[in-house]
This record gives sequence, structure tokens and C-alpha cells, in this order.
Amino acid sequence: MVKVEHLVKRFGNTYALNDVSFEIGSGEIVGLLGPNGAGKSTAMNILTGYLSSTSGSVSVGGIDMVEEPIEAKRMIGFLPEQPPLYPEMTVDEFLNFVYDLKGCTLDRTAHLEEIVKVTKLGEVRGRLIANLSKGNKQRVGIAQALIGDPQVLIFDEPTVGLDPKQILAVRNLLRTLAKNHTVILSTHILAEVQAVCERVIIINKGKIIADERTESIVRAIEDGYRYRARICGPQKEVESALSKLGGVKSVEATGERDLDSFAFVFDSAKGVDVRKAVFNLCVQRGWPLIGMEPVGTDLESVFIKLVDEAEEPGSTAKRRVH
Amino acid sequence: MLAIYKRELRSYFKGAIGYVFLVVYLAVAAVVFAYSNLFAMSSHMTAFYTFMLLFSAIALPLLTMKSFSEEKKTKTEQLLLTAPISLPAMVFGKFLAAYTVFAAVSVFTSLYFLLLIPYTQLQVGVWLGNIVAQLLVGMVFITIGLFISSVTENQLSSAIGTIAVILGFLGIGLLNNLLPTTFFLRYVLDAISIFSRFQSFTSGYFELSSLIYYLSVSGIFLWLTIRIYDRRRYS
Repeated sequence: MVKVEHLVKRFGNTYALNDVSFEIGSGEIVGLLGPNGAGKSTAMNILTGYLSSTSGSVSVGGIDMVEEPIEAKRMIGFLPEQPPLYPEMTVDEFLNFVYDLKGCTLDRTAHLEEIVKVTKLGEVRGRLIANLSKGNKQRVGIAQALIGDPQVLIFDEPTVGLDPKQILAVRNLLRTLAKNHTVILSTHILAEVQAVCERVIIINKGKIIADERTESIVRAIEDGYRYRARICGPQKEVESALSKLGGVKSVEATGERDLDSFAFVFDSAKGVDVRKAVFNLCVQRGWPLIGMEPVGTDLESVFIKLVDEAEEPGSTAKRRVH
Repeated sequence: MLAIYKRELRSYFKGAIGYVFLVVYLAVAAVVFAYSNLFAMSSHMTAFYTFMLLFSAIALPLLTMKSFSEEKKTKTEQLLLTAPISLPAMVFGKFLAAYTVFAAVSVFTSLYFLLLIPYTQLQVGVWLGNIVAQLLVGMVFITIGLFISSVTENQLSSAIGTIAVILGFLGIGLLNNLLPTTFFLRYVLDAISIFSRFQSFTSGYFELSSLIYYLSVSGIFLWLTIRIYDRRRYS
């Protein structure tokens, strides 16, 4: 449905995108993940025809964005990072304007009614956009993207700046939309990708460093996990017992003490879940285990891990098990 | 294009700008008409139309200052530029909206001269010539305003920039009179001056070359605006 080939975007001497290629099939829901400044927004702006690329090509539904921009744009609904809203218009006026702007041929009343229903904007239809809450503005932004029933929906950081309740609502909406659209969304929140996307493309410094199914990337991250545990027991003894446990690669007593418990950080070997063994050890020795949690699952650690892997001699530059 | 035209036209009257423009334009026209024609008991049109031309140079940037600069600032241009419409349609829709407001008020103020009918013989040719001249010069001013708006991100600098460019164009015509008639440059400057072209219309002559001149200058500025947007995609 969306095909991106050898996309390069240069701003002066810096590369915002450096040879990015991917293909997204019909009905897929894909997350573009990366830290701020990784090139996510640039990629989305090029996909939607807002920016042009320095080289490379983008096609949507087989239509080339450069050769037939109007036809290609007709297939895309886009929600930019900052929703493009005219504050002096009411929600209804704005949606009608977008309907006209896109030259939509669907039945106006029924189509807009449907969109208002899906995006739950019924109560604020007659209100000025300037007076809406941030969450509602975001909904209007999503609503305008849906007008004309485009097959591909591109959302740039759709949950940024929303409160937790609104985030959940937007994620649910995305999942509903994904049933009959191809959806590409960008985010820098790993949990968001896990919650919504089937596939994830990770971008760092303008390059794709991973392109995989979400579950495999989560597994890859969890492989060789690092854990942090709090155990009530003599520090030295616990440390040496943990280090002798099969599957534990290294143990470190952090020296943190809270009443009679000590904190330990340990790495497990690849493919082994040592949590049960640690639990059993504590039971046998009579050391109450009062907490154990994985550490280093935040995006930063994922990047470090993936970048390290990509730079390892002999490894291919990109992970691609997808 | 129609969608953008309608939205722009409405947005003028959603805020204050449209009303401010209309009220000030009508008020200034009324005062100028009162002094140059009613109190002076004169049916000459030159004073009135020359003043209104100069006034348009300052008033029209009010209509165009927001056109593109505001969209850039609020990022709403992303909506327009990713919508399935062409760049010329977007620029032309905005142009038509500003032009509609100007043309309506300009033609309306010209109707003041009908008040003189009971007292004097109205020179219909000169009158129509002046109306056409105002409409053509206004068109050039608006296209200059749109172009400047497309290269600025702030309404104020857009308005001031536009006024400066328009006054520069008018200045060419005025300074030109100081040059000796034998000087070749004078003919060149005369040919590109908005002001001297204007004068031929106001005497009631309908010059095809002047019509083409105004249409071309407007066309060039609209084209430049489109180019600015086209280029920006590559920046």
C-alpha cells in the first residue's frame, strides 16, 4: 500500500533521512519509533507530500507521490504533529471546509455524521475550535484526516500532550480505525507501539535500525534481561548465592539499603528467564523477596541495544526478521 | 480552490480585519469624495482616484498580510499542502478572496459619483476608465501582498514589507518625472511603472498594453508565490 524506496532527505549538510526503505501492506498498523529528532516527522512529511525528498521515491497504492501528487494525496489522511486547525471556525464549519477542500464525493451529511460519531465529537460540534480542550482538538485533527475515507492514515505523535484518559481513548480509536485502514503512526513511546501496532520500524539518526513484528522486537528486548531485585538477607551471602545461580551472568549489589532489604541488579543469560530460579533460591534460604522488576526496557536502552547490535562487527546493519 | 476561496472570504469577517478594512476604506473614500468633489463643487475624478490608489497601497496589505504567513505560523498550511489540490489552486483561491473584498468596496465607492448626476454631466468614459484602473492596480497590490505574505512568518512584517514594495513601485513612477526626457532609462522606468500606466486609464483611454501589463505583473507575483511554496518543499 505504501512503498518507500531509498529515501534521502538532506537539510544542508545534515541527513534527516539517510537511505530509508520500507513497504507497508494493506491493512497493516505500523509504528514509527524513534527519539526526538530521529527523522520520524520528516519521513511522515515526505510520505504525505508536504516535503519532498532529496532522492528516493514514495508511492501510495501504486501511485507515485512526485508524478501524481493529487491522486496520491487523495489516498492519505494525515494528522501532523500539531493538528492543523483554524481556531476561528467551529468544529462543524471546519469539517465541512475539509470536506470541500478534499473534493469529497461521499454523501456529506452521512459521512460527516459517521466521522463525528467515530471521533466522539458530537457534543462539541457547534463550538469554536479555539475553545476546545487539547484532547478534543486532537480528535478534530483525527476527524479531518478521516474525511474522504482515505485508505492510508498517517498520524504524527497522536497522543503527545494528552492526559492518560485521553491517551487511552485515542489508542482505542486507532485500533478501531486499523480494522479497515492502513495506519502509520509515529511515537517515541515504546508502550504505545506495544499497545497498538503490529509492526514497528525503529529509526535513529535518519536510518532504520530495526523493522520487525512488535512481538519479536519486544522479545528481542527482553532477551538477556536485566533485573533489579530487593531481598531481605545478608548482602554478601545473597550476592554470592545469586552469582552461582544458573542463567545469571553477573550480579551487582547496589549498596542501597531500605530497612533490612538490599538491592541487587543482575543480568540473565540470553533466552533464560531466571526469575523463577531467583524466587526459589530466596524461598529455600528463607530470604524474603520483596520485589523484582526488569530494568532497561525504556526506549533509550532499546536504542543502545539495537545500535550496539547494528555496529557489532559481522552483523548486518539492520535487523529484519519481518 | 472554491473551498479555500470560501474559507478565506469568511475568515475576513470572522475576525476584525474584514470589517476594519471595509469601514476604513469606505470612510476614507467618503471624506476624500466630500472634499475633492462635493465641497469643491467639482466633477473631476483624478484627485479622488489618485488618493484612493495611494490609500489602497496602505490598506490592501491588511487583507493579504495574514494569507500565508498566518498559515505558516499555525501550521495549518500542512492541511492545505497535503490535501489533494494543486498549489496554483491554493494560491488562486486566496487571491480571489482578497480580490473579491477589494473589488466590491472599490466599485461601491465609485458609485459616489452617481450622486453628482443631478448637478453635472458625468464623464462616463473617464469614470469607467478609473474604475477599471482601480481594479487593475488593486490586483497588482494584492498579488504583491500575497507574495510577501508567503515569504514572511509574521503578519506585521508581511504588511510592512508589502507597503514598502508597493511604495517602491509607485516611487519609480514619481521619481521618473525628475529624469530628463531624453534619458533612455526614463522610457524603461515609465514602461514598468504602475503609476504611469494608471494615468492613461484615468484619462478615459483604454489601453490594451496597460491591461496586459497589469495582468502580467499580477501573474508574475502569483507565479512567484507558487514557486516559493514549491521551493520550500525542497528546503
